[in-house]
Amino acid sequence: MAGLIARKSGMTQVFAENGHAVPVTVLEIEPCKVIAIRTADADGYEAVQVGYGKEARHTSRAVQGHYAKQGQDVMRSLKEFRTEIPSSFKLGQDLTASMFEAGQKVDVSGTSKGRGFAGVMKRWNFAGGRATHGAEKTHRQMGSTGQCQDPGRVFPGKKMPGHYGAERSTVECLTVVRVDENRLLVKGAVPGSRGGLVEVRLAKKG
Amino acid sequence: MRALDSVTQEQLRDDIPTFREGDTVRINVRVVDFKDAKGGKVERRERIQAYEGLVIARHNNGISSSFTVRKISNGIGVERIFPLHSPMLESINVVRKGVVRRAKLYYMRERRGKAARIRERRS
Repeated sequence: MAGLIARKSGMTQVFAENGHAVPVTVLEIEPCKVIAIRTADADGYEAVQVGYGKEARHTSRAVQGHYAKQGQDVMRSLKEFRTEIPSSFKLGQDLTASMFEAGQKVDVSGTSKGRGFAGVMKRWNFAGGRATHGAEKTHRQMGSTGQCQDPGRVFPGKKMPGHYGAERSTVECLTVVRVDENRLLVKGAVPGSRGGLVEVRLAKKG
Repeated sequence: MRALDSVTQEQLRDDIPTFREGDTVRINVRVVDFKDAKGGKVERRERIQAYEGLVIARHNNGISSSFTVRKISNGIGVERIFPLHSPMLESINVVRKGVVRRAKLYYMRERRGKAARIRERRS
């Protein structure tokens, strides 16, 4: 089972059969095609390389050559998905939403929303300081960074302010609520902003 | 949210009467009970329960629209928020139309008895 590239359209809700309102993220499936197949013999691992997007852009000669070698049209970008049975895929095969079905569990990976240089309260959920009772200029500060002369240093990995977000993140085991023609509805939130690209794979721990 | 309208379109109900804040509505709600049946099985039963009260708020947002109904039950104020398009609402009936000047009638929470009256709207 490979995966798909999808575009996050946004969130809404649908009513389940038992009347419950289910929060869902709508994922529009990008046109996906199998561009190359990686086999253990030739490449040392098994995967399918999937091209996605309607319009190719900024392709170098090297990339064009890669497509030409496989006899495929140039697509916008490439991604690989590990699979145990690469033989079940054909070169040039279109991948559609129908590879998933309602009720299945999926993992969704994408780039989370960038939050810039964030303080410790936002980035690490620190409690911050008091708003009143004499607190001066320490409402959102991190407090102590460690001990005194022994050890005499700040331990590596100390949670501090810094760049937060805009990194790859995966949400595991989301339930597929509905499969439309080129659309997946998964229960819950997925990383990234509306219009962002995400990868959808069958759940590892399903 | 307009881009997602096509996702929820088919679940929108078209049998909802026009009503607004200040109106009194009677809602037939589907209630699901689970009862222990023989052989350790759980039986699912559905029945209809009526809930009547004053609409004090409406929240319009496509499929996520909801409305709040307040009533006084045995001297205790009860408010329920219903999803407007929920399939669990068997029917909504407008019992009485009222004249009010605002969209959110939260001030009704402080009113009791005679002060909690709302003038009827006659067309």
